[in-house]
Amino acid sequence: MPDVLIIGAGPAGLAAARAARRVGAAVTLLDASDELGGQYWRHLPASRPAERENLLHHGWSTFTALRAELEADTGCTIVRGANVWAIETREGRPGAVFVVVGEPDGANREQRVFEPDALVIATGAYDRTLPFPGWELPGVFTAGAAQALAKGERVAIGSRVLVAGAGPFLLPVAASLAATGSTVVGVYEANRVKALMAGWLPKPWQVLRAAKKGGELGGYVLNHLQHRIPYRLGTAVVRAEGTDRVESVTLASVDALWAPIPGTERTVAVDAVCVGHGFTPRLELAIAAGCALDGDDFVGVDEQQQTSIPSVYAAGEITGIGGVDAALAEGEIAGHVAAGGSVLDAALRPAVAHRRTYRSFGRRIEDAHGVRAGWRGWLTDDTVVCRCEEVTYGALRGAATATGGESLRSIKLASRAGLGICQGRVCGRTVEDVLDSLSPGHSDGPRSAAEDRVRTDRRPIALPLRLGELADEPTLS
Amino acid sequence: MSPFLLPASSDPIRPAGGGAGGGGGIRIEVDGLAVDGLAGQTIAGVLLGSGTLAWRTTSKNARPRGVFCGIGVCYDCLVVVNGQRDVRACQRRAADGDAVSTQYDVLPVVAEGPGDAPTATSAPHAEGDARA
Repeated sequence: MPDVLIIGAGPAGLAAARAARRVGAAVTLLDASDELGGQYWRHLPASRPAERENLLHHGWSTFTALRAELEADTGCTIVRGANVWAIETREGRPGAVFVVVGEPDGANREQRVFEPDALVIATGAYDRTLPFPGWELPGVFTAGAAQALAKGERVAIGSRVLVAGAGPFLLPVAASLAATGSTVVGVYEANRVKALMAGWLPKPWQVLRAAKKGGELGGYVLNHLQHRIPYRLGTAVVRAEGTDRVESVTLASVDALWAPIPGTERTVAVDAVCVGHGFTPRLELAIAAGCALDGDDFVGVDEQQQTSIPSVYAAGEITGIGGVDAALAEGEIAGHVAAGGSVLDAALRPAVAHRRTYRSFGRRIEDAHGVRAGWRGWLTDDTVVCRCEEVTYGALRGAATATGGESLRSIKLASRAGLGICQGRVCGRTVEDVLDSLSPGHSDGPRSAAEDRVRTDRRPIALPLRLGELADEPTLS
Repeated sequence: MSPFLLPASSDPIRPAGGGAGGGGGIRIEVDGLAVDGLAGQTIAGVLLGSGTLAWRTTSKNARPRGVFCGIGVCYDCLVVVNGQRDVRACQRRAADGDAVSTQYDVLPVVAEGPGDAPTATSAPHAEGDARA
């Protein structure tokens, strides 16, 4: 009976755990949170149970069924508060997985080491928010923060909130804000009708196959109508104003490449704004395990969800942004195969079909809503790009010029961009984009050799630890 | 206007809360002042729920910061909890009686003269352990 270790208890990780158990593996499921469900099913904690939690969620009964089955299963060990901080690479199989268990950022957390037969990495993704002048002001949040606070705390980020960025995720965020008592003054999508049509319409039958997904979006749209929230296309937040907090934001019409159109600016009074331009996969653990990335900087997987490392599988948003249904299908396939099953088994047929349908849905989201290069048009020299080290666009440009713009590493060392405590999680891809625009053809650009491509996402220690914890002897689990 | 906690009595999802009927109240101390919250809230949730939008002060420009990503990625919301620094307020659940202080790490001042050792100035809460 193989030991399967699963990292992440969001939709993909939960589906993987159930599938691996059904094949008969001994499963250990790790998550950093003390609640299961990941960001997608973020909910009030057990100490504050809600009678009608389902109103805030899509597929809530799917989650509660998964949770109930896994919690009741003695063959599935769930470790909450588990932070994986390193994975060894080993030839041809998963290496040791190093974990601290305890309160978030606590001291004297328990050290554990796992040496599984198979590993499923389902670490998900987080918001990518592009910088704009004033985005460092309190009251500017990522779209995911607004969602997490609404679902996980029933806290509204403000009473008059503007939602902006790109992608269908803005709609459920606006819906959650409205359900938490905020007035949403509008949802502003940077892409224009033409991009949305081009992304959504070349193969309309795929949309029909993703009808369940369509239903989810339909619900959000209905909610918008009910709350009379304006939804505007081709518009972006280009600036946030205020002294010690956001007081207003300036919107501008943007062209098809997201470049602001002069003369279209208008200012809207708000007490909070949330902005998201898509998602960044949480890659550090997959990279630590030795997994190769694909051409779009996601974890590359085959039909069995296996990565480039034998017995290491990946599922969910780290393999491409595809939404909850793709994550559930991929997790099921990964868990089933990791436990020793075959992707050809009859039991997997529905999951394989679902993956095909929802993956193509994910590609269409990217085609319709993906980041376009013109956004740099709203940067000014004094726009903060790296929030941790407070490095401005002007300073970044200066560092690029001073170092000849040839290497990301030189620019980071000269400017300190991406070297703060978030380890480049927030600004990393932005710094890479800016560098590309300043000196196309530099040595670690996205089109250069694969071994140079993993730059910002490579973090030898995946999360900040306390020195005392590093010095402790771990115990083998 | 400010961030706010939606009162349980007007919440469509009907959470337990506010003392009566489950979901006990807690009280934490933030820079010496009492702030009330609910059991299960994160420290960021308690602060935002009490109308506080920012608490950390940045090192370089001394600017205010609070929650940005809300899911433990950005480290903007760091606080000192019971003497332990660099705790992400959006991740740590508040416990009744927690002593929270806001964090302001002043950058070390590097002396100009050759051979001079750099001198570090400490912020009020800069004591404690270093991070890897």
